[in-house]
Amino acid sequence: MVNLVIDGKEISVKEGTTILQAALQNGIDIPTLCFLKEINEVGDCRMCIVEVEGRKGFATSCIQKVEEGMVVKTHSHAVVEARKIILDLILSNHHRDCLTCSRNGNCELQELAAKFNVQVVEFEGERTKHKVDDKSPSIVRDFNKCILCRRCVATCKYVQKIGAIDCINRGFDSCISTTYDHSLNDVDCTFCGQCIESCPTGALKEKENIQDVWKKLRDEDAFVVVQTAPAVRVALGEEFGMPIGTNVAGKMITALKSIGFDRVFDTNTGADLTIMEEANEFIERIQNDGVLPMITSCSPGWVRFAEKNFPENLDHLSSCKSPHQMFGAIIKSYFADKYNIDREKICVVSVMPCIAKKYECSRDEMEVDGVRDVDYVITTRELARMIKQANIDFCELEDGKFDEPMGEASGAGAIFGTTGGVMEAAIRTAVDTLEGKSMDKLEYTQVRGEKGIKEATLKIAGKDIKVAVASGLANARKIMEQIKDGKCDYHFVEIMACPGGCIMGGGQPIKSSKIRSTVDVAKLRRDALYSIDEKSVVRKSHENPFMIKLYKEFLEKPGSHKAHKYLHTTYTKKEKYDI
Amino acid sequence: MKTIAEIESIRKEKREELDLRVNLKSNAVEKHILVCRGTGCTSSKSPKIIENFRRIIEEKGIKNVRVVQTGCFGLCAKGPIVIIRPEETFYAHVTPEDCEEIIQSHICEGKKVERLLCKDVNGEIVKKLDDLNFYKKQKRIALKNCGVIDPEQIDEYIAFDGYKALEKVLTSMKPDEVIDVISKSGLRGRGGAGFPTGKKWSFAKNEKSDQKYVICNADEGDPGAFMDRSILEGDPNCVLEAMAIAGYAIGANQGYIYVRAEYPIAVDRLKIAINQAREYGLLGKNIFNSGFDFDIDIRLGAGAFVCGEETALLESIEGKRGQPRVKPPYPASQGLFGKPTIINNVETLANVTKIILNGADWFASIGTENSKGTKVFALGGNVNNVGLVEVPMGTTLREIVFDIGGGIPNGRKFKAAQTGGPSGGCIPAEHLDTPIDYESLSSIGSMMGSGGLIVMDDSKCMVDIARFYLDFTVSESCGKCTPCRIGTKRMLEILTRMCEGKGEADDLYKLELLANSIKKSAICGLGQTAPNPVLSTMKYFKDEYIEHVSYNMCRAGQCKELCEITIDPQKCKGCGLCKRNCPVHAISGEPKQVHKIDQDLCIKCGTCVDKCPFKAISK
Amino acid sequence: MEQKCVCDKIKKEMKKILEKYPKEKDRLIAILNDVQERFGYIPKQAQLEISDYLSIPMAEIYGVITFYSRFTLAPKGKYNISVCLGTACFVKGAKSLLDRAQEKLKIKPGEVTPDGKFSIDDVRCVGACGLAPVFMVNDEVYGNATVKKLDEVIDKYASEE
Repeated sequence: MVNLVIDGKEISVKEGTTILQAALQNGIDIPTLCFLKEINEVGDCRMCIVEVEGRKGFATSCIQKVEEGMVVKTHSHAVVEARKIILDLILSNHHRDCLTCSRNGNCELQELAAKFNVQVVEFEGERTKHKVDDKSPSIVRDFNKCILCRRCVATCKYVQKIGAIDCINRGFDSCISTTYDHSLNDVDCTFCGQCIESCPTGALKEKENIQDVWKKLRDEDAFVVVQTAPAVRVALGEEFGMPIGTNVAGKMITALKSIGFDRVFDTNTGADLTIMEEANEFIERIQNDGVLPMITSCSPGWVRFAEKNFPENLDHLSSCKSPHQMFGAIIKSYFADKYNIDREKICVVSVMPCIAKKYECSRDEMEVDGVRDVDYVITTRELARMIKQANIDFCELEDGKFDEPMGEASGAGAIFGTTGGVMEAAIRTAVDTLEGKSMDKLEYTQVRGEKGIKEATLKIAGKDIKVAVASGLANARKIMEQIKDGKCDYHFVEIMACPGGCIMGGGQPIKSSKIRSTVDVAKLRRDALYSIDEKSVVRKSHENPFMIKLYKEFLEKPGSHKAHKYLHTTYTKKEKYDI
Repeated sequence: MKTIAEIESIRKEKREELDLRVNLKSNAVEKHILVCRGTGCTSSKSPKIIENFRRIIEEKGIKNVRVVQTGCFGLCAKGPIVIIRPEETFYAHVTPEDCEEIIQSHICEGKKVERLLCKDVNGEIVKKLDDLNFYKKQKRIALKNCGVIDPEQIDEYIAFDGYKALEKVLTSMKPDEVIDVISKSGLRGRGGAGFPTGKKWSFAKNEKSDQKYVICNADEGDPGAFMDRSILEGDPNCVLEAMAIAGYAIGANQGYIYVRAEYPIAVDRLKIAINQAREYGLLGKNIFNSGFDFDIDIRLGAGAFVCGEETALLESIEGKRGQPRVKPPYPASQGLFGKPTIINNVETLANVTKIILNGADWFASIGTENSKGTKVFALGGNVNNVGLVEVPMGTTLREIVFDIGGGIPNGRKFKAAQTGGPSGGCIPAEHLDTPIDYESLSSIGSMMGSGGLIVMDDSKCMVDIARFYLDFTVSESCGKCTPCRIGTKRMLEILTRMCEGKGEADDLYKLELLANSIKKSAICGLGQTAPNPVLSTMKYFKDEYIEHVSYNMCRAGQCKELCEITIDPQKCKGCGLCKRNCPVHAISGEPKQVHKIDQDLCIKCGTCVDKCPFKAISK
Repeated sequence: MEQKCVCDKIKKEMKKILEKYPKEKDRLIAILNDVQERFGYIPKQAQLEISDYLSIPMAEIYGVITFYSRFTLAPKGKYNISVCLGTACFVKGAKSLLDRAQEKLKIKPGEVTPDGKFSIDDVRCVGACGLAPVFMVNDEVYGNATVKKLDEVIDKYASEE
């Protein structure tokens, strides 16, 4: 332990703790901007500077470790004055259109400006100008709002190990950019959206589809169906001030109905369908010496990553579409026929924790007989905005229920939203199928938790089946390198592009650096999903009564010709840099 | 691979042969024609001079004359320089066409070529090198071999005690003893901040690691400074030897020299020196059969001033953008590739071998209480003897500018001397008698820096000078931290406003506020010292700032928007010289009539002011 | 993107350059220096080859190129005029040389004239402080320069076919 004094308070912290952490642990707040715990600890912005007695110049509290006997002042007059000037300088090169910014009210810069009572920017001068990149279907870059904290760069480069964006130029002209300032659409960006989650301002955001959805809702002719992904319900409440990890499925359904959607369905059911197909595909590969390991394909960021970086190994990917695409195809076929609705008039809107899903639904492959599976994808954040626009008092809403006839999803579908969930759901079904009976074991804890790569060997029908679960693209790359080198002995691998899975997707509510430093957001959201599973009556996809009905009435059996037509897709090599 | 004995025999043999280079009364029968091949003289065709000398000597079949390329002699203003030894004849401004005459007259007939002999400030002919005031007050330690040996011949280096220090260290000293000597000598970093070298080494020595590195910082970016380049060009082996000694002291066996790609001659000479040293086994495995391995690689910079900052340099060697790291952790514990690393400047290293051979006490006897040894300055600007000078610490600015530098040309007055480049400050005449060392310079608002020393006469506007330095810092800022990236830009905007006559009332206040804030809050040395040129000029030349802001006036006539060039009709004789020399044809007038300047066309280049024989034109 | 035949040529040259280096990320700057020297700029195709060879993302390579002033993304003019703005030259009036060059050629530092004949650079200290002020045309150094001399030199090259 190291003893030191911060702001007159004698404290004792573990060796190797930074001044910032030490202060935070003891309830002393030091403002930060570029700091993002364990991701970007570089001391660039200089907001976190503090005074250390006997030291010339300020110390960088987010980097500098505590030392025995250190006397730190976090809010001396000199420090506050210096921070004020730094903040002023940042603001002098910022767009400052807060009222019309998507991050209004959830912006770390705005918060600091209020805290420091900035009423006038003293050091006005030239501003760097950037063109806005909104070419891609998923993401918009407006670097006129960028403060060069580089949290996005660190996330892309070190967490995801992609490096689609980096700092270019130098001095005042420095900015974050892609190679030659090309659109993210045309470079190695996978649209995972983790950069958006780490941006303290509005420089990075999703490509909004709210207006498109409102337009459809206003269109008398359109039959607008909405489906919501498992991870949305455990995060949406955060946008309305509810605790992280609150399951607001009921209120969400009510809100969607009052917004005016004609039907509200659950993508969890789509997830069950995915398991039916994927488990079947896996068993087939096992039994017929197919390409192994088979890798899940629900995460469109991961799929884009594979197509750009490992085009030679695409046959490892399951041919299954992702749950919401499958579900969209079923809505526009089975459901449309059953209720005699013109499939051309149906508009399927998916509410997803993901921005890559926006890109996914626009892929050429994602249609059946010229009818798009899904028309629009909006993120959890966009849904929250729509609810606010509709002037709905979300917290006071009664709980609603998903619409018939797509039925209630299994618990297996719910856990799709977390890393390890797809694997666990698939195992539940595959085990039963291979063993030829309903097994009691439901929970496979080896594949649960936050670890980047989790492995397990399961004894199924007398055979050792080796599975792995990877979340985050850095880990995905490790698995793919193994495959490329012929050193991979897994049978089945689950990959999700975002670290932690969909609950931490690029479309989820954005948590400030401070929250991310102090709260394990992923765990709270994940626990909420597992608790939905636990409380479910049906916890295996193939035991979902609606699945049984759907195959009987429409799809015949998993892997059937019809199933392939509606539920499966193909992958093709994509140029890493289309420039 | 050569043994200690073999090296010793090369040394003996060569020393005798080269005795005439350092000994006026040498009995040697040869004559050596030394031609400077430093960057300055090379750009004024010294390679052609060497070629011509060699050709003529061969054509004439002359024996016992050798043409030698050397490093910089220091007095760059007189370049290209040719020195003939042993008689120390100093020829200045030699052209390739002069070679024939020098050979014929001097070598063949024994008559010096009078018209080419170097003249001092008063126009007196300099008979031999040592007579020149320029050299009298100098003490050459770091530059000892520059201008004496051929830097591309390791044997010549060996002749003058080369690799003797390494031999001594490897055969008779423990690493701690080496560090002890360096510590006791009082040697401090010559790159700018003046950190004690011995302390730096001992920090790295005390770190436990499987791998450590020694880096030579040869990224001399300070505009107008060329000390390090001259050492590398004139005596590359002394840097290699010192690096090996440092490696032995801290327990490293790999060294890197980070040198600007803009220094092609230095890079070439380093490559040659490294290859020759490897050939002799002075670098590589098991040096002097001591079991100590050490090798050196060159890493090229690519044009970023900030890479002179040690952590930015590390990033650059790692192949990244040269953006400084926050310290601590210091490189001595986590440096290159995360391993303990020492980074020493070229000039610092150039002192090491001499300290090892002559002892700590010898070195500590030179200089001031806290600054030992000598310092090399690149003397430039409005001073007669532009060039490279090495003086003991504690020499006054006056001695450097007036005795060594020969004073201010064109009858102008001394206004300020700038030391430390973009990180330093401007020192006014009132501090001319300050003995120069690390502490005294920082106490008067400047810093030692790497050793640029620019003299300014009274035609210079100090606000414009401050703007010049800020402009440099802004364009060289890496952009990592807010204060430097945006703050220096805002300072530059304010200074530019002032120079353009658009200054606002509270600009002075804002400028000072920003300057003091950046000084304390920027990440690295570049940012923290960027405001120095502004703060020091504001301190000593505040009136000029006030004149710019409040009266739209620039007393030096440098700020174009604030001045007009006019012709005094009383003095103008209508000679037309100004008209003919005006590059933009802004001057009109009939012969023998008073001329006039069209202010709309005038670009205020000042050519006419200089050309007018009647001093009728002024700013 | 550079034209196809140019691309193939660059690929071939790049193979030769890359062969000399181990696949270590810290060699990036050395390779870029080599490429800059070989082509007079760093072509996009060359960056793609380096990215592939060293497994460094394109954005990072672009970030490194745009950080170091020695690296350029487009070829320079046939005659590149570098005006030294080192302090020694500045104090002796180098700024007016730069101003004049810009005025005469109607381009800014870093730009190339439309006919590709001239480009201007402001450089920091070419090392010939004894000759200050100095400008260079390609590798040729012009010392003790004046605005008039600069004019003459530019005119000389401009009149050349």
